[in-house]
Amino acid sequence: MSFDYDKYIRPGKLPHIWCPGCGHGIVMKGMIRAIDTLGLKKEETAIVSGIGCASRLPGYMDCCTLHTAHGRAAAFATGVKMAKPEMNVILVGGDGDGTAIGGNHFIHACRRNIDMTYIIMNNNIYGMTGGQFSPCTPTGAKASTTPYGNPDPAFDVAKLAIGAGATFVARGTAYHATQIDKLIVEAIQHKGFSVVEILDDCPTTYGRRNKFKSVIEMMNRLKEIAVPIKAAEKMSAEQLEGKVITGVLYKEERPHYTAEYAKVIERAQK
Amino acid sequence: MEKKLPTIEIIEKYCKGCHICVEFCPTKVLEMKGFVASVKNLEACIKCMQCELRCPDFAIKVSA
Repeated sequence: MSFDYDKYIRPGKLPHIWCPGCGHGIVMKGMIRAIDTLGLKKEETAIVSGIGCASRLPGYMDCCTLHTAHGRAAAFATGVKMAKPEMNVILVGGDGDGTAIGGNHFIHACRRNIDMTYIIMNNNIYGMTGGQFSPCTPTGAKASTTPYGNPDPAFDVAKLAIGAGATFVARGTAYHATQIDKLIVEAIQHKGFSVVEILDDCPTTYGRRNKFKSVIEMMNRLKEIAVPIKAAEKMSAEQLEGKVITGVLYKEERPHYTAEYAKVIERAQK
Repeated sequence: MEKKLPTIEIIEKYCKGCHICVEFCPTKVLEMKGFVASVKNLEACIKCMQCELRCPDFAIKVSA
């Protein structure tokens, strides 16, 4: 049966602003299915974002939504979670918003292990502002500010999150649409800071400059580079060269921030 | 017994013509008609829902 996405979308908001073939819409659909699977109430679900293409997502969602300053989604979301710990807080944003401008907020949210879910749509570039290179732009790739190729190595968002202390880290791609909602469901269920990186495509500002002839070519690239974690365990380092491992990459149980802070309040009131 | 065909609804107002549904349909049910996707061969549909799942623009609805 067809899934009724309209239930979760603000009336009259579609069509959205994303370019033809942009994967953000696919991720948004995955997120909606995950919210529906878990039966989260709209009034108990807060979707928080910063600035950017991906950060336009909360505007379409018929939930409690916050569209905040560039890179500051984690800071505002922390406020929401502290004021109302019963809320399900989901952060959405792109790679530039999350790992460059909001890099500090991101790593400290990971370290504190606040019980929320961060969905990072990694399209390797700053799309909305005109295709500048981001920390996730691969070495050698062209962007409007690196017309002769990017000299910097790219961030591995999942490794960064694990290193900073996130307790659940998963990765998927926009091509593997059926996997997205499963990863997000697991991430929301996890008690602690969970990061879901979705590799995405930006045909307009990244694809055009990097010799991708079409959206289909970009989608096929995602299909080719993704290796499920179970298959990757049996592969050698040479075979994994240029590939990206997908699935649930890391999971641990650790006390989360709101519970620990409640204990602080208790101690102070004694 | 006759095979029960699904219905594939394409909301033309939402479709941005990205070709994703047409290219990744395993049985080539869809085609581009001008700038928007349209159904070409409904009999071949196996109801895998991949077009609906991958449409970034909320433009396809498949009902089995």
